[in-house]
Amino acid sequence: MRERQVWLAVLALGLMVLPWHNTVPSGASPFMPSALGLAADGRGWLWPLVLLLPLMFWAGMRDAAGQVFLALAIGGFALLLAQGFVVGLRGPSLDWVAGVFPTSTQGQTGFGWGGFVTGVALLGLIAHALALRGFCRGDRFAGSAVVFIVALLGLFVFFPILKLALAAFVGPDGELAIGPFLARLFAPEIWRLDCLTGGRRCGVVINSLVLGLLAATICTTLGLALALIVSRTSFRFKQTLRALSILPIITPPFVVGVAIIVLFGRTGLITGWGAELFDIRPTRWVYGLTGILMAQVLAFTPITFLVLLGTVEAINPTLEEASQTLGAGPVKTFFKITWPLLRPGIAAAFLLAFIESLADFGNPIVLGGGYEVLSTRIFFAVVGARYDLGNAATLAMILLSLTLIAFWLQQRWLGRKSYVTVTGKSDAGLASTLPFGLKGVAWAVVVPFVLFTLGVYAVVLVGGFVHDIGRWDLTPTFAHLNTAFAFEISANGVQFFGSAWNSMQTTLIVSAIAAPLTTLVGIMTAWLVARQDFAGKNAFEFGTMLSFAIPGTVVGVSYVAAFNVPPVDITGTAAILVICFVFRNMPVGMRAGLAAFAQIDRSMEEASSTMGAGGATTLRRVVLPLVKPAVFTALVYSFVTAMTAVSAVIFLVSARHNMATAYIMGRVEAGEYALAITYSTVLMIVMIVCIVLIQLIVGARKLGRRREFQGQTTPAE
Amino acid sequence: MRKSTIISATLAGFITAPVAASANELVLYCSVQEEWCRLMAESFQRETGINVLMTRRSSGETFAQLKAEEGQPRGDVWWGGTGDPHLQAAEEGLTAEYQSPMLEELQDWAVSQAEASGFRTVGIYAGALGYGFNTELVADPAPGCWADLLDERFRDDIQVANPNSSGTAYTLLATLVQIMGEDEAFEFLGELDENISQYTQSGAAPIRNAATGETAIGIVFMHDAVAQAVQGAPITAVAPCEGTGYEIGSMSLVKDGPNPDNARAFYDWALSPAAQALGAEANSFQVPSNRNSPVPPESPSLDQITLIDYDFATFGSSDTRQRLLSRWDDEIGARR
Repeated sequence: MRERQVWLAVLALGLMVLPWHNTVPSGASPFMPSALGLAADGRGWLWPLVLLLPLMFWAGMRDAAGQVFLALAIGGFALLLAQGFVVGLRGPSLDWVAGVFPTSTQGQTGFGWGGFVTGVALLGLIAHALALRGFCRGDRFAGSAVVFIVALLGLFVFFPILKLALAAFVGPDGELAIGPFLARLFAPEIWRLDCLTGGRRCGVVINSLVLGLLAATICTTLGLALALIVSRTSFRFKQTLRALSILPIITPPFVVGVAIIVLFGRTGLITGWGAELFDIRPTRWVYGLTGILMAQVLAFTPITFLVLLGTVEAINPTLEEASQTLGAGPVKTFFKITWPLLRPGIAAAFLLAFIESLADFGNPIVLGGGYEVLSTRIFFAVVGARYDLGNAATLAMILLSLTLIAFWLQQRWLGRKSYVTVTGKSDAGLASTLPFGLKGVAWAVVVPFVLFTLGVYAVVLVGGFVHDIGRWDLTPTFAHLNTAFAFEISANGVQFFGSAWNSMQTTLIVSAIAAPLTTLVGIMTAWLVARQDFAGKNAFEFGTMLSFAIPGTVVGVSYVAAFNVPPVDITGTAAILVICFVFRNMPVGMRAGLAAFAQIDRSMEEASSTMGAGGATTLRRVVLPLVKPAVFTALVYSFVTAMTAVSAVIFLVSARHNMATAYIMGRVEAGEYALAITYSTVLMIVMIVCIVLIQLIVGARKLGRRREFQGQTTPAE
Repeated sequence: MRKSTIISATLAGFITAPVAASANELVLYCSVQEEWCRLMAESFQRETGINVLMTRRSSGETFAQLKAEEGQPRGDVWWGGTGDPHLQAAEEGLTAEYQSPMLEELQDWAVSQAEASGFRTVGIYAGALGYGFNTELVADPAPGCWADLLDERFRDDIQVANPNSSGTAYTLLATLVQIMGEDEAFEFLGELDENISQYTQSGAAPIRNAATGETAIGIVFMHDAVAQAVQGAPITAVAPCEGTGYEIGSMSLVKDGPNPDNARAFYDWALSPAAQALGAEANSFQVPSNRNSPVPPESPSLDQITLIDYDFATFGSSDTRQRLLSRWDDEIGARR
């Protein structure tokens, strides 16, 4: 019962010692800011919580089966939430509460350490009591993990979305009603179809859909062409192409858009050539749908390429060989055998690109001009002077619905037919080469794309270190680097004056904290799903995937709606940034973990627990070393995403905790392209260094396999 | 068993509680050009050792942020940006009353801004509205009046900010209403809309785009146009012949901000000639409000421009502002 005592001690700490609120309420004694002190000071609504403590001690001694204990812990947790939500910043939301506790009309601020520690302790006690009653086959560690992850998902994924959905129904007078929601939902500026019938603009949803469908089509076509060239022709630079496809993933947002403006803007380099050589009048054609599309194709084609490459390479060549043996030509083989087998991959790639395009924020905001999409409209409804949370919430719900429908279609499409071709039987055949005409088409599609990509990255590479790339002034200079990262070493030690230090520091710290936490939560969740049986497992798995489907803009708005007010009042802190990253990226760690667990037989874990190790020891000593590749994937992904994400964090940054991407966006908006490009280059270098470091720290999976043949290791006599 | 407790506690432990504000800091909301904001923050930090946390946002956005943070403000000082949103913030009680000892050194227009708000804001610089055009893109005859902007040769070639987010663009709206009368002003803006390629978010973005040639004309404050010309861009600044309005860039203390003493220290410092001279260093050529501050030679001289008698009290009030902005949304913004 040591565990119970530890948790009870933590509970006592949270209720009696630590400051209950994040600021000491006015009029309260600063010496007793704990729940106990505040309750004694006249804030009567805290008494029930405080009195819980002796009750639980009593129950802990008397109730061996844990029934009463469990009820008390759950009741306590409910009480904690209830008091927090009912008594808000400006007094209680229920009238009778004000009647019973007159002092509650003064209101209370959000939870401080005391409130949070109390919550954690109560959750620990709930998990403990549940384990006593046989939850997770009595494995206390697994039981606690389930309880904590469910609570965290509830607080940081479902609660914000719920709060956001509610905000969509709040009218201008602050009352909940269906009317304002319907008015916002059916506003003509959302659904207007004018542009199809010759009018000026379409609604913002139509814009988003048109952009998403076009981007997905082009990206999938390009991705397929690239995948076919890499896997089915004697193309020489396959490894280079694969390595290059990583580039857009570590490219900070906005910089591609800026490079496109530098190349194709009205005074851009290529526009200039066009004007000189062919006498084309320079225009602003790049702003709008075309420009966004160009940037998105560049950014998302590598993703579709990787998905489709996997599909193409997984097709068992014996099938194609059989087709050709039976007399079909290469063209017929391709369309009758290869193409149908590619379809699920194509569908997956298409939907992935579609979802990415819908969620994209960085490119539309730089290149959009007057072309508004959902993500930018949501942004301006929250941070602009046209502040209207209700409208933002409605648009966010629409965006979320579109994304969920796409996800659902993807699951459905892939779930219906069997496309299994890797069977364990011999697949020693040779993959058929591409039909000649198709090869030509593929090259014709790929070459302009590769040239375009090279051009954009050349601008990125050069732009930071020349005087003014926007006006094509190519005098080399370190001035931009100096503006961003100047420092002086004086008697007071090192002083950082560069304007980018603040955001760089925050970004690195937040990413460095978020990455291991994301990995931890992701791998833990995978372990629970793959290896433990507990009630509600399917719902649990679905919940974790949901947090992946929510577009970043929606996450950002929902966090603003949920965490800008007590009881969990954490906007403006670094914690909210970390939390946001952990729960957005955790599903990737989980997927990587699930794949790894599928390869590892349970027998090793069973052996470990037979020999007396508990769940935690088994996880640490047996499971984690075996899933190192998944740990690496999760760490790298979450680190890189934390460094480059913008759509969610743009809502969550503050003067104290500014992130690199938000800073870059400000520079782009102000037209300081060179500074933005310099910073992006520095970020990319930092990311590459960090990935190498992670590789060194995590290391490869060490299986006890012999590396050489026996005969070579034994010295000859 | 204890180990598992510790691990689950760590797992849950990162619900970090908010960190209390530390002592020697100042949270500065800045609404002028980034470069100037940076220089101000850096200089104040060097001089006092107070760590300045600065965010640059346009004045409309900052006003929205102050409103969103009402009840638990996180900023200390709001420095810069057109005066109207500052006056509105004063009217709505978002900013604090403070009479700086520096007030007596200021120009009359700066003091009257303070008096109009009950000393909740003060003028720090002034500048006239106008526009700038790219000489490589605009052929003769050069435009010189507001009316010239309606010329068909500028189709899709003019940029101005959105008055909802930018004080610059709101000043344009208010100026036209005062010159022409409200209905005529909206008629003019409706015709002008044909020539507008984009309503930007930030007030000075149009002239930056004109400087790089992405647009031919940007409607901005003249000092912003001059700043581009000084940096070598082919930009000519125009003071429109019909007369034009001007801004009184202002500064306010956020009410109940976390660091009130540092805020007042910054407030007094920002009104000193030394601090006001920093503007020219950062390529910002507004006319400073302290009588002893040097006026940069590049500054468009307010004496030589036809200035209208801008009614700050009326056009800075919440009612007028909201009415004009919602009319703009309905008649101009809705076309987009």
